[in-house]
Amino acid sequence: MPSIISISGVTKTYATGFKALKEINLEIERGEIFALLGPNGAGKTTLISIVCGIVNRSSGTVTVDGHDITRDYRAARSLIGLVPQELTIDAFESVWATVNYSRGLFGKPANPAFVEKVLRDLSLWDKKDAKAITLSGGMKRRLMIAKALSHEPRVLFLDEPTAGVDVELRQDMWAMVRRLREDGVTIILTTHYIEEAEAMADRVGVINRGEIVLVEEKAELMRTLGRKRLVLELRSPIAAIPETFSRYGLERSPDGGQLTYTYDNQSERPGVASLIRDLEAAGIQFRDIDTQNSSLEEIFVNLVRKDA
Amino acid sequence: MNLRAVWAIYRMEMARAFRTVLQSIVSPVISTSLYFVVFGSAIGSRITEIDGISYGAFIVPGLIMLSLLTQSISNASFAIYFPKFVGSIYELLSAPVSYLEIVIAYVGGAATKSIILGLIILATASLFVPLHVEHPVWMLAFLVLTAVTFSLFGFIIGIWAKSFEQLQLVPLLIITPLTFLGGSFYSIDMLPGIWRTVTLFNPVLYLVSGFRWSFYGKSDVSIGISLGMTVVFLLVCIAIVAWIFRTGYRLRN
Repeated sequence: MPSIISISGVTKTYATGFKALKEINLEIERGEIFALLGPNGAGKTTLISIVCGIVNRSSGTVTVDGHDITRDYRAARSLIGLVPQELTIDAFESVWATVNYSRGLFGKPANPAFVEKVLRDLSLWDKKDAKAITLSGGMKRRLMIAKALSHEPRVLFLDEPTAGVDVELRQDMWAMVRRLREDGVTIILTTHYIEEAEAMADRVGVINRGEIVLVEEKAELMRTLGRKRLVLELRSPIAAIPETFSRYGLERSPDGGQLTYTYDNQSERPGVASLIRDLEAAGIQFRDIDTQNSSLEEIFVNLVRKDA
Repeated sequence: MNLRAVWAIYRMEMARAFRTVLQSIVSPVISTSLYFVVFGSAIGSRITEIDGISYGAFIVPGLIMLSLLTQSISNASFAIYFPKFVGSIYELLSAPVSYLEIVIAYVGGAATKSIILGLIILATASLFVPLHVEHPVWMLAFLVLTAVTFSLFGFIIGIWAKSFEQLQLVPLLIITPLTFLGGSFYSIDMLPGIWRTVTLFNPVLYLVSGFRWSFYGKSDVSIGISLGMTVVFLLVCIAIVAWIFRTGYRLRN
């Protein structure tokens, strides 16, 4: 099945001469949760803004479900819901009015039952008559989501959805995103909370300095770039690591009671099995073994640093 | 045509006016009444008639124009500047709405509000002076044409403005002086020669003059020229708006 969003050769140079995006090519698969990671100023929001029609691109093409975002902007935009990073709502409108306004703006006929369902799902129904200005930060964030969902989009952009949001609301949002995905909605989220991408994304794209550095299945990314650490608790501390172990690059804890071996699939270091064999041969005994996968955060930092 | 979007924006704009009814309607009614007290009574006691029309009645079309121009500009400029200022413009820009639909909705909303206001002022004025409208259809045509033209102008200012100060700049420094100097409160025949010629370069003169003609059948300049000038200004505004949207000026850049 063709991708739902196809970005090809997109560049953006601002009037100041700043090149925010350099030749972006990206395909978003139908029904997936795609996490776009990148440091501040990497171009995440610019890229989203171009796809949604908020910012004009300098060159390149973008299609949404086959519709060109310029030539066929009505069809393209009506498929998209956007929750921007900033809490930008008309403060004096009621929750009910502003969500219905969004639905109308996207050309959908009034459907109070549907809007009620959206508000109930986001725990906003009790506040339907409240003015946006009276809502808490978390509620405003939910209201922005309600506005984006009001016209039943097939693609949802969440730009830093959980920035400044408490843990409980974050969990609620993740649950909501998964529910939407079950309904077939494609979700693209930008974040610099790596655990968010780790918990939810099917695929991860990393953008840095206006370029896509990497796009990979999350599991595959963790497998190929993820570093593993093997921590050995020794029966008795050792004063120094024997020279014969230099090829393993072991680290000794200050008290000598722990050895750490770091390895990954691309490493040229020999494997875990031979290390254990060599330790036994050298008479170094251990009482416990622990392995740790590196997090997406470490992978991300490594990628961005390498690119710098 | 996304008529639902046009309706959604229009309704939202009208709702805003009703929410701020005191500012939108009551305050212009009060200031118009004050104009009558100050200009009508104080000056009217010295100038009894102009072109056979009592001074109080003479200034009514000018007063309506004054409010129509300033309110059309401030309604439309604020309506588009405010979402730009708070950031909620993202929704409008990401919606399947054409430029034409955006302009129809915002300018329609702003023009409707100022037309209602113009009619309220007319009703208020009728409490002070006996009014007579000789060409009611032309009166309405001028009312609508001016409201639409200056709402478009306000829309342009709202997009151009980068701060609240800039938003106020054009109405305050250009429109208000032009209105006061455009024959709202006097006939240009009362001015000395050179100032009469200078006044002929003031576009507001043609609006006020045409509008006054629709009331009393008398005007400073011919009705054809008044209408022509208003339409020219309307076309200039439409051309600027079309350019803004084609280039994304201060919206999509």
